[in-house]
Amino acid sequence: MSRFIERHPAWALVAILALAFLLYLVLATWPPGLEEVLGRKRVFLTALINGITLGGLYFLVASGFTLIFGLMRNVNLAHGSLYLLGGYLGYEFANLTGGWVLSLVIAFIIIAALGMVLQFTIFRWMEGQDLRQTLVTIAISIVLADLMLWRWGGDFYQVPSPSWLTGPVQLPLVTAVRSSGEAVYLQYPLVRLIIFAGAVVIGVLMWLALNRTKVGMLVRAGVDDRDMLSATGVRVQLVFLGVFAFGAGLAGFAGVVGGTFQSLQPGEDTKILLASLVVVIVGGMGSIPGAALGALIIGLAEQFGSVYMPTYAVVLTFVIMVLVLAWRPQGLLRGS
Amino acid sequence: MAVEASRTSGILPASAPAPTAASSLPRYPALWLLALFLLILPAFGSDFVLIQLFGWTFILGMIALSLMFLGGYGGMVSLVQMTVAGCAGYMVAIFGTSAVAEISLGWPWWLAVVVAIVIATLFGTLSGALSVRTEGIYTIMITLAIASAFFYFTLQNYSIFNGFSGFNAVRVPQVFGIDWRAAVPFYYLTLFWAVIAYLAVVYVSRSPFGLALQGTRDNARRMEALGFNVTAHRIAAYAFASVIAAVAGVLLVWHGGQISPGTAGVGPVVDILIIAVAGGMSRPIGPFIGALIYVLLRTFALDVMEAVGLDGKRFQLLVGVGFLLIVLFSPDGVLGLWQRWHRRFLAPAAPPARGGVR
Amino acid sequence: MIRTLLAAVAAGGILAAGAAQAQDKIKIGVLATLEGALTTLGEDAIRGMQIAMKQANAKAGGKTIEVVTFPTNASPDSAIRGARKLVEQDKVDILVGPVSGSEGIAIRDYSKTQPQVTFLNGSSGAMETTFVTPSENFFRFNMDGAQWLAGLGKYLVEEKKYKKIAALAEDYSFPYTQLFGLTLEYCQAGGQIVEKFWVPLGTKDFGSIIAKLPDDVDAIYLGLGGGDAVNFFNQYSQAGGKAKLIGGSIMVDQTVLSSKGAAKRLAIGVPSAGPQADVWDDPKWQAWVKLYQESFPPDKRFTSPSLTGTAYYNDFNAVFQVLNAINGDLSDGHKKFRAGLAALELDAPNGKIKLDQNRQAIGTNFITEVVELPNGDLVNKAVKTIPNVSQMLGLDPATRQKIGLPSRTNPECKTSY
Repeated sequence: MSRFIERHPAWALVAILALAFLLYLVLATWPPGLEEVLGRKRVFLTALINGITLGGLYFLVASGFTLIFGLMRNVNLAHGSLYLLGGYLGYEFANLTGGWVLSLVIAFIIIAALGMVLQFTIFRWMEGQDLRQTLVTIAISIVLADLMLWRWGGDFYQVPSPSWLTGPVQLPLVTAVRSSGEAVYLQYPLVRLIIFAGAVVIGVLMWLALNRTKVGMLVRAGVDDRDMLSATGVRVQLVFLGVFAFGAGLAGFAGVVGGTFQSLQPGEDTKILLASLVVVIVGGMGSIPGAALGALIIGLAEQFGSVYMPTYAVVLTFVIMVLVLAWRPQGLLRGS
Repeated sequence: MAVEASRTSGILPASAPAPTAASSLPRYPALWLLALFLLILPAFGSDFVLIQLFGWTFILGMIALSLMFLGGYGGMVSLVQMTVAGCAGYMVAIFGTSAVAEISLGWPWWLAVVVAIVIATLFGTLSGALSVRTEGIYTIMITLAIASAFFYFTLQNYSIFNGFSGFNAVRVPQVFGIDWRAAVPFYYLTLFWAVIAYLAVVYVSRSPFGLALQGTRDNARRMEALGFNVTAHRIAAYAFASVIAAVAGVLLVWHGGQISPGTAGVGPVVDILIIAVAGGMSRPIGPFIGALIYVLLRTFALDVMEAVGLDGKRFQLLVGVGFLLIVLFSPDGVLGLWQRWHRRFLAPAAPPARGGVR
Repeated sequence: MIRTLLAAVAAGGILAAGAAQAQDKIKIGVLATLEGALTTLGEDAIRGMQIAMKQANAKAGGKTIEVVTFPTNASPDSAIRGARKLVEQDKVDILVGPVSGSEGIAIRDYSKTQPQVTFLNGSSGAMETTFVTPSENFFRFNMDGAQWLAGLGKYLVEEKKYKKIAALAEDYSFPYTQLFGLTLEYCQAGGQIVEKFWVPLGTKDFGSIIAKLPDDVDAIYLGLGGGDAVNFFNQYSQAGGKAKLIGGSIMVDQTVLSSKGAAKRLAIGVPSAGPQADVWDDPKWQAWVKLYQESFPPDKRFTSPSLTGTAYYNDFNAVFQVLNAINGDLSDGHKKFRAGLAALELDAPNGKIKLDQNRQAIGTNFITEVVELPNGDLVNKAVKTIPNVSQMLGLDPATRQKIGLPSRTNPECKTSY
């Protein structure tokens, strides 16, 4: 951080000012002039927090995608299918046992196992053939999509969340002051906050695991130079297997999360895949912090877009992607 | 974590012969027989066979051919080709005539078509320029994202693209007193342009530009060292491929008589890749074979599956499993299967197809 | 290579296309969405068709009826491809379909090039299919999306006393059409639509839009469908939303009411309107529901027929009735058949249906409210029926023409037009 300030004093100043302005927007009572430009404060605040929490979901999906890509050069276009399958399985278990947290764990384990099977039986044999692996993942996504349609039909599923998670909570953020002088606080869905907290915890754990453990060191080494790593005698295949399982498991985990505050249905696989693609292209392919930054940007863009320019909200995320590509083809957080 | 230049050679499956100029020569007598068959087909084929089977095959084949050119010779697997075709189709509807009179400008057909091809080519080239700055495998992701962006934009924009509804009643013009909408003229129209596109790809792949492009596919770093501008070559390749896709797009909108966002949605975009890969990415004829298989499947799969007692609804499963098997066991598609079979049983002495630039 | 090609071609049997048809057989082609987001609706359409076929024992007017199906994916492209295959390859005499609006317009256009075939719309509800440049051989026995909300506007003002509402709907032609129907009637009855929010089709996250909904209105009209509707209910209840809600025709239909999860309970009590109601004490309707339920096991159908199921069932019954009346004689270029269809008054399970001069249905519409059955199922209960709803929506033809076609902004909310 301090290095950044030393090297780019002007940019750092801009960033600090922007942050201060944002804090003002969040904490202050808005004067009427501001309301004319940005609409009611409640709308702005909700969009802001929604964007951040949606970013949490995107991070969960995209981090698995980017990890697999970073280490194995495998563009797993079946990642969205794993998400949807995880969500459906989570629904089944949550319905059967009533345990929401348990269904998260079980979806993670089953999808991770599926990922392991895929890596062990298919991708292991076509290492270095990037395109062929990608084509295989496309084929797998078509097959999985139809199998899921067969089993779960075209209905809409929601993972039942426990009662302590439903409903809104009051956040200590004032949205308006009534004429009586009484402050109106922001009401916000609790489930989204919990999910965001979960995403942050997972993100931090992943960062620690990658940067502070021996296995993490191997993975990072593999990302930098796979051939060198295998030359040192490490059993690269084992590392690959583990990373593929973990990345796939994260997709399944995210499926349950997404199925809780959104819904599951055919076609969801493609949508979430596209979101992860944009997130990792913006953030930088193969980079976990990049996925976090990309997820945040795309989540915020979608939510602010849906409030301030609803017609082109979906297009906005792609515009951001194109701008990033034109300016930094390798993504925001990836050294070239 | 720089992507090694050598990695790009992995864009094509190692076991598949990389396409080379020499392998594109129509040296099989079967090709001449095929040409004869296609020429006299209207004598005995029904309107349905002419337009819906072969007309559609030629159009999809051309779009897949443009992908084959980029992927096979340039090592860039672009998913934006269907979108370029869709863009051209939209432009024909916007500048020409359609039932949406408030938007369509009603220009004469030839002007609308020329403008449509120019705009679609610009769009394709620009997309290419955005994606060639990154290496190999990234292309597939970036172009998929661009294709989706186009889809969502057409879905949401009403002032130019008429949103969800798109344009209907886009008619094939009557020129030289011939009604090109009729089956036989339209069949020959699509056949003519498919042959032109095929010959253009064969010709360009043997030109100095095509050879240099294959050089960048095999080893971009070496080509750079030799003084070639790799990025410029790649963008030029996109421009050339975009023209083919754009022409096909004009035919596509005439074929269906209408265009809407779904025409170039994510499904059709991926279908084009499946067609090119299933047919075979090593020769320009491959995409057309893939397109014919795809069209036959799309049209008759339900009848056939129900006839043999399967659930017709599991059509996508059939496509998925078929595609998976091809990618797993014959990376060079149906064409590769045929060549292997041919080599083993018919011409054991023939030299392997591989050779040339490498 | 030529051999493989020829073999493939011959295998498809396509060179022998159009084998002479036996005179004692009539072929009907069916287009239904069996891929993509509308799959469940297409499947129910097929069920409706199958029930009608079974009831008629696959015979009408002394002829054997043969059905050929083609699956579409709700895109006009796939509908055109399917129609071409059914008409030009399978040589069907009659074509029934499609399910969704844009497909319907494409098929209407296509029908003009095939005057020898008679087309019956499946369930698609775009207004312009029959309102603008109608086709001589295209008949629609279901009402359009604007007709489907007929009666709701008055009901909201007079019974519910909702004087001011806001609208939240998906951003494409079907919701435009529905809101078109609602606006004309609601505003003439003295109601006010203060704000319209258009969200892109397939919106997953409604969180911020929910915050944007105004507080100072009596109710909020929701023109969503399918997964979007489920997502909205889910997130609205999570956000603790308390406003009164009004549903478009597919906001609270069985695809939403039978979704898995608790959020749909927010729909209880929501008023809506459409061409049918799940619960209606008319004996003909109840017989139809019973027939539907007995024809398929519970896990292979909805609780009660969806509007696509009913629409395709009606289409086939219309065809059979006319064929019976003319002894299955189509040899005059369908002249008698088409005249019969045009003059038919179909006594359908969801009310009487006849056609106007554009061959567009004038039918019965239903005002409904969602109720919970003792077993926990949610259904739409009829609270009022509106007979003889035409495409003119209660206006004289000249005024109706002047208002034009639905869009994001058309029509304005006015007390008289």
